[in-house]
Amino acid sequence: MPEAITVVVNGEERRVGAQASLLDLLALLELDPRGVVVELNREIVRRPQLGEKTLHDGDRVELVHFVGGG
Amino acid sequence: MRDARYGNPGSGAGGSAPGLGLSHEEILRYSRHLILPEVGTAGQRRLKAARVVLVGAGGLGSPASLYLGAAGVGTVALVDFDAVDETNLQRQIIHGTSMVGKSKLVSAELRLKDLNPHVRVETFDERLTSENALQVLRGFDVVVDGSDNFPTRYLVNDACVLLGIPYVYGSIFRFAGQASVFAAEGAPCYRCLFRDPPPPGLIPSCAEAGVLGVLPGVIGSIQALEAIKLIIRQGDTLIGRLLLFDALKLEFRELTLRKDPDCPVCGDDPTVRELIDYEAFCGAGAEPAREGAEVTAEQLAQEREENPDLVLVDVREPQEWEICHIQDSVLIPLGQLPDRLGELDGHGDLVTICHYGVRSMRALEILGAAGFSKVRSLRGGIASWAENVDSSVPRY
Repeated sequence: MPEAITVVVNGEERRVGAQASLLDLLALLELDPRGVVVELNREIVRRPQLGEKTLHDGDRVELVHFVGGG
Repeated sequence: MRDARYGNPGSGAGGSAPGLGLSHEEILRYSRHLILPEVGTAGQRRLKAARVVLVGAGGLGSPASLYLGAAGVGTVALVDFDAVDETNLQRQIIHGTSMVGKSKLVSAELRLKDLNPHVRVETFDERLTSENALQVLRGFDVVVDGSDNFPTRYLVNDACVLLGIPYVYGSIFRFAGQASVFAAEGAPCYRCLFRDPPPPGLIPSCAEAGVLGVLPGVIGSIQALEAIKLIIRQGDTLIGRLLLFDALKLEFRELTLRKDPDCPVCGDDPTVRELIDYEAFCGAGAEPAREGAEVTAEQLAQEREENPDLVLVDVREPQEWEICHIQDSVLIPLGQLPDRLGELDGHGDLVTICHYGVRSMRALEILGAAGFSKVRSLRGGIASWAENVDSSVPRY
């Protein structure tokens, strides 16, 4: 059983598995990666790299949803 | 004598203070601006000389154009091709009940001229396209985007980058709003943040998912505010910042944005040097409906008479079901469908139903992947059923 770490998602703390990637985080939150822009520690991570970026304790993640209405 | 339609801003009517460039009437009207040191007569003259164009005279365009007009922006231009509909009135406050069925441009122009006859209102009665966008937007000082779809947003962004016009962005969904100022000199653009558009159908529209009426009032007002600050060159604008608003929590968050050197339109080596086909870019029409995937409301009405075993699966939300539903249909909201497949007969004839026929097509994908073979979607949703089969069903 891998250890859990704490990351901050949109300002709120969240526990995830120690080896979790950004893609895993989105799956945990039931979010389609094509519908959000993901920032990890203030750097935008583009869709193809989401599976490669592993989360570390204390990481700050911002998820910006596509909003199109007017 | 004042021309009721176009006014004559800056004329000597009523006399004018020499050198101020504002008539006595304007000085009185804008007095609360003029006594602000950040605005003053210089700022008010800047507003009077300014030309602002709004893409969309809807939820965001309503408050934005009203505040820009009231503030004394010399030229307020509107781009829209739609007519006022009853469902607009809950949030599109520039339009009144008496204007239902009439052009939004006619409605908005009448209201703006009544609000402030000093404002020159220009109207573009067309959909903004790659063909006309540069011509329409060229020569304006600020573009305010109140459009309601992604192809238009990418189009407005790219046109603003190419023309060098600040792009005041705003968007809304349910209880969530966003605002920023893109494409200003040296600043990030919409594509620096949202590089790749979402696939069509992934993000529901406000018509499908709803929007609180006050929300565009908040975001559209912020857009007007940012346009005014850009014009009078005061304060800190949302350049390089994305404002995120949650109306339910009454919470504002902010994200710092940076220019993306790899941005295809404003980066170091741009690949987009002219406007492209934004419908294709956003994937619209890329996935043609499968043959026989849909059934029309009239066909469905006939089939129900002949086949009593036909099962209707309504994939809308419970609050929509409460407004209206087709008799004997089963409610399984789209989000619950993958977990509730066991309630359906995998071999029977199924028809999925939603509001307009978008979510019901997504339901088909879920059912198809689960091995359901005889499933179709009601084209145009319950809205089409209400219009073509059963007039006792209310439209919403």
